[in-house]
Amino acid sequence: MAVKKLNKDKEKEALQELTKFRLIAPAKSDEVVIFKQITDPGEAFLEYGNSTVPPKKVVFPQTETLFRFQRGNPELREKNVEEEGTTVIFGLRPCDARAMSIVDRLFSWDYEDPYYLKRRELTTLVGLACVEPPSINCFCTSLGGSPFGTEGLDMLLADMGDHYLVRALTEKGEKLQETLSAHLEDAPAEEEKKAEEMAARAEGKIARSINTEGIPEKLPTLWEHELWKKVSAACLGCGICTYLCPTCHCFDIQDEVEEMGEGRRARMWDSCMFSEYTLHASGHNPRPTRRERTRNRISHKYSYYPKRFEVIACVGCGRCINLCPVNIDILEILEQVVDAS
Amino acid sequence: MKNPYIPYEVKILEARYETPGDRCIKTFKVTFADEKVWDTWSHLPGQCAMVGIPGVGESMFCISSSPTEKGYLRFSIMKMGKNTTALHELEAGDSFYVRGPLGNNFPLEEWKGKNVITIGGGIGQAPLRPVIQWIRDNRDDYGELTVIYGARTSADHCFKDEFEELNSCGDACCHLAIDVEEEGWPHFVGFVPQLLMEVSPSPENAIAVTCGPPIMIKFVLQNLEKLGFTPDQVYTTLENRMKCGIGKCGRCNVGHLYVCKDGPVFSYAQIKDIPEAFA
Repeated sequence: MAVKKLNKDKEKEALQELTKFRLIAPAKSDEVVIFKQITDPGEAFLEYGNSTVPPKKVVFPQTETLFRFQRGNPELREKNVEEEGTTVIFGLRPCDARAMSIVDRLFSWDYEDPYYLKRRELTTLVGLACVEPPSINCFCTSLGGSPFGTEGLDMLLADMGDHYLVRALTEKGEKLQETLSAHLEDAPAEEEKKAEEMAARAEGKIARSINTEGIPEKLPTLWEHELWKKVSAACLGCGICTYLCPTCHCFDIQDEVEEMGEGRRARMWDSCMFSEYTLHASGHNPRPTRRERTRNRISHKYSYYPKRFEVIACVGCGRCINLCPVNIDILEILEQVVDAS
Repeated sequence: MKNPYIPYEVKILEARYETPGDRCIKTFKVTFADEKVWDTWSHLPGQCAMVGIPGVGESMFCISSSPTEKGYLRFSIMKMGKNTTALHELEAGDSFYVRGPLGNNFPLEEWKGKNVITIGGGIGQAPLRPVIQWIRDNRDDYGELTVIYGARTSADHCFKDEFEELNSCGDACCHLAIDVEEEGWPHFVGFVPQLLMEVSPSPENAIAVTCGPPIMIKFVLQNLEKLGFTPDQVYTTLENRMKCGIGKCGRCNVGHLYVCKDGPVFSYAQIKDIPEAFA
């Protein structure tokens, strides 16, 4: 399908067109930018760096019902994800889309997760390329991503100044392009070359990196290494690094009884940085301190996940570095892993 | 495909206490409320299921009956936390919910023609019970069956009447132990790893399976090695906190292995170099 352009004076019209779906876009919320459903195109805020909370919450909500029950009634009423309707996530960053394609492997491995996969099926991802790296701690290029990366996306937009360059990448993206056709124009031929130059420039501006080669194999050999105590010493165990990670996908399942015996079984984000996460009913805890929990967080992302799914479960978005209250830096941890002997 | 998070309702046919005390063990014999579920259900010894009550929660238990026992499933559950306490309040005629079968199984096909030694401690006998029952129900396919089992006191022994029956029918050779002397106890007094050395089974053409408290497993593994068993002749089950049971929720991993999906059954060869397996 031909590359198109969306003039910025048509941006609101185009977004209005998309409100016939469940439209999720970056929007300001107090001091931060988050992804939320918008019904008024004016709410979308596309001149952002990256959102504080990754858009993973759209396909993997922080809390979601699995089924509802009524005491005394054996019937369990399964949550119907289809009711949420066709969804468009507009303007997410390439790293966050790539994160979804990484997490897809887990949720479709062996047992298919019906809730997650149904939402993925209903969702079209419209990316917004990073003309500038959104943060000083971006390191996507170390993990196989890039500021103009397309993995996981159905459509990619690039901000060219007075317009966006629009490229459909999948069948879903082509369908969306048709929906938007009244607001799009053909892009001049030289535009693609210009975008390539912008992509190269953006890549060049990424300041941080790590050579991941050998890390997955090396990590299990450093099980008792002193580095784990050092790198976890400052950790508060707040879990923000996992909650705000676009590839972290661990969850808890809890039952909630509301009124008159009516209730639900729900799942909610959980964090391997919490002590309760692995606490046995007997009181035994196989990961009793932050040393073991930090070791597991890093090993899961950089060793266990690639061993099973052939991809490191990190996209280099930098959120865990930017938002850690005690400045724990995953790249510094990985550098210690590389240097350890 | 069926939603793997939705459990089946089961009706309790029989509920009885195996052991007394604060951490008592109760065995439930159950059948599916919807008989049609039996048409699609098939499990093998070693496999598990999520057992619970909507509004309370669910936890993972081994299925303590063999698939050769038709028309019911058994679960032997120790009263420990919120969910197990709620389950212990249930009696025959009540119902709870089961999601499964989950996890892998003991490779009983591969063990055909071999001598099998089970080494259990306390509630650890629950996953070994279906192995014993399976061998009894396919007696000609296997060599000698040696059952070694211990608990703190004679009252803490699970499946008491079954051992007596097993010894008298000649299907197996049973060796029982308690930790400290009791009047009238005719069997071994001491810990399971000691009893293992006393029985001293030959590693030749043999498989050893051990389940029990971590400290017992640790010394049983050491003693099996002394007896000449190689790591690929030794099997155990691991347990960890679980929520989904299907390899998604993340918490039950030991190293790169998910206990819920890759286990609960592991050969010692598979896990001996994974330190977290014994954490």
